[in-house]
Amino acid sequence: MKFKPVYFFLAPALTAIFVFFFIPVISAFIISFTDFDIYAIGDYSKFRFTGLDNYFKLFDNQLFWKALSNTFYFVIISGPLSIAVSLGAAMILNSKLVKFKGIFRLVYFMPVVTTLVAVSIVWRFIYHPEFGLLNYGLSFVGIEKIDWLGDPFWSMPSIIILSIWKNFGYNMIIFIAGLQNIPEELYEAAQIEGANGWQRFTKITLPMLAPTTVFITIITMIGYFQLFAEPYIMTQGGPLDSTLSIVLYMYQEGFRWWNMGYSSAIAFVLFVIILAGTLIQMWVQKRREA
Amino acid sequence: MISSGKQGGLIIRLVLTGGLVLLPLILLFSGCKKEESSVKEISFWGMGSEGEKIKILIPEFEKQNPGIKVKVQMIPWTAAQEKLISSFAADNMPDLCQLGNTWVPQFVMLEALEPLDGFISKSKTIKPENYFTGIWQTNEVTGKIYGIPWYIDTRLIYYRKDIFKKVGYEEPPKNWEELLDISRKIVKYQNDPNKYAIYLPTNEWAPFVIFGLQNGSDILRDNWTYGNFSAPEFVEAFKYLIQFHKERLTPMGVSQVTNVYQAFEQEFFAMYISGPWNIPEFKKWMKDSTGEKWGTMPIPGKHSSPGVSLAGGSSLVMFKSSKYKPEVWKFIEFLSTKKTQLEFYKVTNNLPALRSAWDEPIFKDDPFIKSFYEQFQFVMPTPKIAEWEQIVFSKLQQYAEYAARGTLTAEEAMKEMDKGVDIILEKRRWMLAR
Repeated sequence: MKFKPVYFFLAPALTAIFVFFFIPVISAFIISFTDFDIYAIGDYSKFRFTGLDNYFKLFDNQLFWKALSNTFYFVIISGPLSIAVSLGAAMILNSKLVKFKGIFRLVYFMPVVTTLVAVSIVWRFIYHPEFGLLNYGLSFVGIEKIDWLGDPFWSMPSIIILSIWKNFGYNMIIFIAGLQNIPEELYEAAQIEGANGWQRFTKITLPMLAPTTVFITIITMIGYFQLFAEPYIMTQGGPLDSTLSIVLYMYQEGFRWWNMGYSSAIAFVLFVIILAGTLIQMWVQKRREA
Repeated sequence: MISSGKQGGLIIRLVLTGGLVLLPLILLFSGCKKEESSVKEISFWGMGSEGEKIKILIPEFEKQNPGIKVKVQMIPWTAAQEKLISSFAADNMPDLCQLGNTWVPQFVMLEALEPLDGFISKSKTIKPENYFTGIWQTNEVTGKIYGIPWYIDTRLIYYRKDIFKKVGYEEPPKNWEELLDISRKIVKYQNDPNKYAIYLPTNEWAPFVIFGLQNGSDILRDNWTYGNFSAPEFVEAFKYLIQFHKERLTPMGVSQVTNVYQAFEQEFFAMYISGPWNIPEFKKWMKDSTGEKWGTMPIPGKHSSPGVSLAGGSSLVMFKSSKYKPEVWKFIEFLSTKKTQLEFYKVTNNLPALRSAWDEPIFKDDPFIKSFYEQFQFVMPTPKIAEWEQIVFSKLQQYAEYAARGTLTAEEAMKEMDKGVDIILEKRRWMLAR
């Protein structure tokens, strides 16, 4: 075989990927078929290959299904909503009527770069049932006090509101870039033909943004399936496990109780779900193009 | 001449670079050697403020023991367990550390701890009879002693004396019935939907275990290999506590109380089950350090007071991997003398483990600490297994919440609880059967 210099240049990157990505993933996959736990950390003879036991145990566990349905609830509501908010904000900021665009862009992007720990302290005050800003505002409309984070019905909506507020700025920036790529002539032509604002939006803006939207949808979905930090800091999964997400459940099993085997199994179930979601979206997109 | 000059330059350069490379290496090796021969450095991991404050005691020890140096590293409580376990996996343990005594079994299972029986039998300072029995027992796992009590705590009830008096209780309640009775009276007296009698949040497992133990539950059965929460003893105690939630004698969610001290001061509740670490903070918020308006009382038992509470606190443990075991033991002995224990109390407010230290007036005459002394006579350890924390934090708190909110009845909740616990303990059963 002839030595190609390209391998020489690729080697550092490939080694890094192999060591820090493939090896951990493969060993996690193997571990998911064992009962590797705190006992096994002390003494390697104390772990067993249990085959698919972890997966059976998982599907048999109500808490897992609860976490799964919570995660889907979050993704299905929060995903489209946050994309809509991002697009709305992007449209407004791209409009010619708006002044000080730079400042607004900065302001809307701020939540993305602020650490969640700081944000969550503020939001805990906003959500406080007695002294919270949100309940205070709602009291003017005649809505009674809501225990946002303490009521199992409202806890997930509270997390959704927080995460939309926290994340929409990022997608907004990408949408703005997408909007700026749409040639102005298209709108001018449509206007001459007598298209109104809504028609221009649905017939020009949306189709022209399609590639951007697909990218954003996939990235957002993958990110939202991995919901962790918001419930971890705000509610620890409570009340009544109403904000327990799959990743939070995985973290608790793995790093709080050291059931590494079990928590690796959770990781791979989540992987399959995300993979399936991504494939479906790409398939839908392809069909549309065809 | 020119060529030889060039040669000479090259040699000089070689020597110089070689020297530059070798110099740090030489320094490094000589540095290591020096330390090993004369001074033995033992590393200690302390948690939270203890890890900070213990530094005040070190100079005295180093003066008494020339040749031993103590290096203290502070690790925060919240990250302590994770850090210890990952350091263990990486074979990077300190020589000794402070360990919450419910964690001792976990590290015994990891085979990380050195049994101390040999040291104790030869020691003049440390003897089992110098400690409260319930506390000493927490360090005994599978027949061997793995830790020396450093400071101790237990839980009892902080209460509002003024409110108690207003509802006709000059003396604190003495049994379960009176505790429920006074709670009802307080809620009736306050007559305010935002004021409660007692704070029993479902994300604090301790009260549930305490009342279970008081009712004679063994918590886990068959050598701690199966849950025994659905047995009548535990269910009765559990139902008793859930009663407080059902009758709205305790606030339901945990988000309403952001600051327990403030809530206590504003009469949001009149009783709170907690440990000695809260005394200074309550003193400050109540603006009362003499016990006029508030006080502490042992937890009433089912029929008489004091009832059983938990044996808590921190122990000093030695790691198997330590190279300086005799020196580490010397340091443990130093921390266990009456003088050091009293000094440690003064800087941290942690109650001394040594019983003789309790003869001092600072404990005997303190209105708040007195009740702790009474309570320490009635403390019991929790089951000494590695899975304990997982059982109480993930399962007991979960099912307590389900029962308190009425999603499940107390009986159903405890049946589900046992199912979950049995799954957690499967590994333990397998290990014992091996």
